[in-house]
Amino acid sequence: METIGKSIIRKEALDKVTGTAKYTSDHLSLPMLHAKMVISPYAHANITHIDLSEAWKIPGVRAILAGEKFPLTGEEIRDRPPIAYDKVRYCGEVVAVIVADSPAIAKRASSLIKVNYEPLPVVNSPNQAYENNAPVVHENIDSYERIKNVYPEVNTNIANRTKIRKGDMELGWQRTEIVVEADFSFSPSDHAAMETRCVIAEIREDETVVITSSSQSPFMIKKLLHVYFHIDIGKIVVNVPLVGGAYGGKASVQLELIAYLASKAVHGRKVKILNSREEDLITSPVHIGLDATIKLGCSRDGVLQAAEILYLFDGGAYSDKAVDISRAGAVDCTGPYRINNIQCDALCMYTNHPYAAPFRGFGHSEVMFVFERTMDMLAKKLKMDPIELRLINAIKPGDTTPTQLAVNKSNVGNVSECILKLKKIMNWDEGSIKQVSNTKVRSKGICCTWKNSTIDPDASSGVTLTFNPDGSINIISGVVEIGTGTKSVLAQMLAEKLKMDVRQIYVQMEVNTKSTPDHWKTVSSRGSFMAGRALLNAADDIIRQLKDLTACILRCSKVDLEVGLGKVYLKDTPDIFLNIKDICYGYMYPNGNAIGGQIIGRGTYIQRRVTYLDPETGAGNPGPEWTVAAQGIELEFDLLDYTYNVIRAATVVDVGKVLNEKTALGQIIGGMSMGISFAGRETFQFDQAGRILNPQLRTYRPLRYGEHPKYEVEFVETPVIDGPYGARSAGEHGLIGMPAALANSLSAAAEVDLNQLPLIPELIWKTKEGAVDDSL
Amino acid sequence: MIPFNFEYYKPSSIHEAVQLFQRLDTEEKQPIYYSGGTEIISLARINILYTKAIIDIKSIPECNVLHLEKDQLVLGACLPLTEIEESNFYPLLTKTIQEIADRTARNKITIGGNICGQIFYREAILPFLISNSQVVIAGIHGIKTMPIQQVFHQHLHLKKGEFLVQMITEKADLHLPFISIKKRQQWDTGYPLITVTAAKKPSSSFIENSSNQSLTNYERIQIAFSGLNPFPYRSEEIERDLNQQHLSLEQKVDLATSHLPEPILDDFEGSAQYRKFVMKNTLQHVLSTLEVQ
Amino acid sequence: MSLSEGMKHQFYLNVNQEERSVVISPSDILLSVLREQLGLTGSKPGCYNGDCGACTIDINGTPIKSCLMLAIEAIDKNITTIEGLKDTPIQKSFVEHFAFQCGYCTPGFIMNCNALIQKHPNASDEVIEEWLESNICRCTGYKEIEEAVKSVLHSNK
Ligand code: FES
Ligand code: FES
Repeated sequence: METIGKSIIRKEALDKVTGTAKYTSDHLSLPMLHAKMVISPYAHANITHIDLSEAWKIPGVRAILAGEKFPLTGEEIRDRPPIAYDKVRYCGEVVAVIVADSPAIAKRASSLIKVNYEPLPVVNSPNQAYENNAPVVHENIDSYERIKNVYPEVNTNIANRTKIRKGDMELGWQRTEIVVEADFSFSPSDHAAMETRCVIAEIREDETVVITSSSQSPFMIKKLLHVYFHIDIGKIVVNVPLVGGAYGGKASVQLELIAYLASKAVHGRKVKILNSREEDLITSPVHIGLDATIKLGCSRDGVLQAAEILYLFDGGAYSDKAVDISRAGAVDCTGPYRINNIQCDALCMYTNHPYAAPFRGFGHSEVMFVFERTMDMLAKKLKMDPIELRLINAIKPGDTTPTQLAVNKSNVGNVSECILKLKKIMNWDEGSIKQVSNTKVRSKGICCTWKNSTIDPDASSGVTLTFNPDGSINIISGVVEIGTGTKSVLAQMLAEKLKMDVRQIYVQMEVNTKSTPDHWKTVSSRGSFMAGRALLNAADDIIRQLKDLTACILRCSKVDLEVGLGKVYLKDTPDIFLNIKDICYGYMYPNGNAIGGQIIGRGTYIQRRVTYLDPETGAGNPGPEWTVAAQGIELEFDLLDYTYNVIRAATVVDVGKVLNEKTALGQIIGGMSMGISFAGRETFQFDQAGRILNPQLRTYRPLRYGEHPKYEVEFVETPVIDGPYGARSAGEHGLIGMPAALANSLSAAAEVDLNQLPLIPELIWKTKEGAVDDSL
Repeated sequence: MIPFNFEYYKPSSIHEAVQLFQRLDTEEKQPIYYSGGTEIISLARINILYTKAIIDIKSIPECNVLHLEKDQLVLGACLPLTEIEESNFYPLLTKTIQEIADRTARNKITIGGNICGQIFYREAILPFLISNSQVVIAGIHGIKTMPIQQVFHQHLHLKKGEFLVQMITEKADLHLPFISIKKRQQWDTGYPLITVTAAKKPSSSFIENSSNQSLTNYERIQIAFSGLNPFPYRSEEIERDLNQQHLSLEQKVDLATSHLPEPILDDFEGSAQYRKFVMKNTLQHVLSTLEVQ
Repeated sequence: MSLSEGMKHQFYLNVNQEERSVVISPSDILLSVLREQLGLTGSKPGCYNGDCGACTIDINGTPIKSCLMLAIEAIDKNITTIEGLKDTPIQKSFVEHFAFQCGYCTPGFIMNCNALIQKHPNASDEVIEEWLESNICRCTGYKEIEEAVKSVLHSNK
């Protein structure tokens, strides 16, 4: 292969190091108004009165949206008013929006809006939401419109329940000789992309709605604006320039709706709304939290026999994508193992927390933390090496998943090989724990992960290819460039396919829903898979057209032709050829006659044979393929004060095929960094009343330079047969196992089970001695 | 972005500054002195601070002095923290302020701004609290120089219209054996759970009380804290505990931790109980480190 | 100097070696003025609170968070933004080392790194760490940034 696998530099690299790369908020235009939100300081309260009089006195205020009943929104259950009406259900919820001539005026006016609240009892965790007498966050769940396959339970806080019923639990427990039970919990946290969300909306004279947004889901914005506000779908155009980090958080559609309403309130004038960091952290949707209870059993030989799991996802105040996240958690509710008897209930709970968006890993880092931590507890009880326990149970072709799908080599990859390679990288045979001084130990911990992509069964992608007169090609795809470099990887695939120089391939970075073919959403690491397949189809389309035309001109059969190196040539006599540049805009005979016309390539891809899950058993085909991995952490732990440093972090992941080595490494390492940060430090701190105490980056603290460990990454390449060049998705998989690996390593070092996040020294102190030690 | 406007003044002398303050105050402009301004900007943005006039004191020559004189170090209030770090005349101060915020921010944060800030950690004051230091304060009645102990109790007690001009530290105290530790909730980023600075000073009271101890091994530990309570402080009681010569290290620490002033901070950075635990460990570390120095 | 409230005043800022005229109020933040008046959108807002480093620019050779500075404080100073850097070794190195993904933190990182390289051409690991912990990158694991900076520093040696 010429291009595939190589570390080709991304197409927009120069723009990004010179400051010329444009993101949504970099679009400045003069006749533009600015919107500012007023957000709730309460987690749950009735809005008794809103006084706008002082705000209206500020010159330059053009509109105020408050106390108005707009259509309810939400991707699966329509439970969310875009601007709170009557009631607020989380701290940070939007209660009013001011539109004004400048950001400063909007801000000044926003601080003059007086809202009176009557606080209500707060649901402050999924466990609490699940209690019988818990306050109810939504009284009339059954009155909400909803899609098929979502099952809210009336008079409870349960937005949805996904059931996994596999095998025979009674039999499973009979065969069980060793059993562990444990509880887990962690609060919501955040994506904290460096670019805060930003939207510009306008409604033109002909009623065309034009949105520019820092979004992963331009086509979903278009669809939902149509569904919620009954705008003709053809009159909605969504532009997405470069996006400054997303990680799932920009897949939710929220700010776009507010910007649209704001523009409508000023007769369609252009309105820009840029989240402050505080709003971006708590008003916009967050990373889901989880409470879980698990019981896991095996026979004395270490073979897993039964798993009984309750996942209570903290969907927050509104269900939006949380239902789907909880469903994804059910699909891969265990680690990548053969377990014949599984009972799992994954519930999406309403609480008075900010609501959840997808987060890199889509429910998987969360459930893997629970399951893989439990695996270590089981290994300890069994007195078996945790790697050995995982090797014994690793899922293999012919085994079935929790949704009862029989797996094969192509769709599941090779877990065992990942484990064995990791074992080597971690020098596991030297022992997993070592005293390095009087007060310090070095400790290692590992875990396995897997993830399928449970996106909509009919999710699809399209690609258009056009030629430039010199034979170079433009790729037009609906994938958003959020940092993953996917579009540059598409260029590489095309270069490979057409045996071209990748510099001869241009990509359109921006997405415009009017001129760009639909790509479902740039989420779930599906970019290179789905758009890659669509691209290869489009390339085939070009090749076919080139051959048809050439066959006619060269008077030969098209099966005798080959395309490559900028030419269409006879396979057996390559010196008989036509240059692509001479035919891609039609071919002209010496006498002036022309045939052909410009060649436009068209390719699409739609997911194959994915099914909805059976509502009683969860049985079904949840998605195209799994990516499996084994991950490890080595750290140094201080036995006296319980502080620690992560020394190194390792990942072995079966990516099917490495398409661009450095890009792939960047994705995996970036994911690991984010996973360590989430596991080790990041969480929203809620007080008793559900208010968030740390809505700034000085108190909500992503990992910084110097806190990062040494990273080690290795790839396994078990091709997925229908993936482009055999590649699997890999964008999220660096992250998924980090919480479990860190917790396992720390639990071993501290000799105590650490089943909460984040893993700060105070948690270790509290678990070890805090509860009893009052003598200080 | 600051949601209100204000007037901006940049006086070039102390006299001009205090006059301005008085005038603006009578005009009810709620004037504030502005040095690095980082805290003013960030609190104004979220409507926690309001003013109609700021007086930028960065052009006042006295506020920019960085000078090691014959027997004292003079630091102007408007010196950015990194400039002080780079000159490194007072290593304990360097070590302590190096842990404040981050390096780029410290190019703008000034020593006076940190000491007079609303955000209560104010760690830059700690090294001055445990040395022979004076503060130079300007007001409408002129300039006064006072021992720090007289004017700093939890925060710097400035009267209306006064501002901090300089910090002066006795040269003899600049190079004492010291330790400065900042403990955070996790790793190397964020506000402190506690910050402890301590130095070992030859004791002057020693001669009178001596019996048969040798002069060299009797040194007094002076120690100050931030983060344990919502204010920085130095406590005589704790110092007395830690300097009890007849006690073991553990006993000293136990005694000292029984004398921590209440209320201990209990917030999302760490619970009060946990802070005490961290304090105890840190004190042990401080004592054992200073012992070998 | 004194400026009254509410009034806009015209000034010149020395940005990227050009005199640029701006009309500002005393409470205008430098970052906003650079972006909104001068169209220099390479400096990014990530927090407006001094916490993220995305807005880092160079003032007289020192990296400064432009969200923590009033525009009025920058008069008579030499301001360099990312747009003022052309073909510097650190920009090339960032490209070659894949030291960014979404690119949003990149201008701030590069401005900080560039100042570091000028001031400490032989910076130790500790110094590099002290300087670079001022910026957050959420995409990379900092490994590639570390490699990019070190390759420039080491080639200086
Ligand atoms: S915008 Fe975040 S530090 Fe300036
Ligand atoms: S490259 Fe995206 S934040 Fe650094």
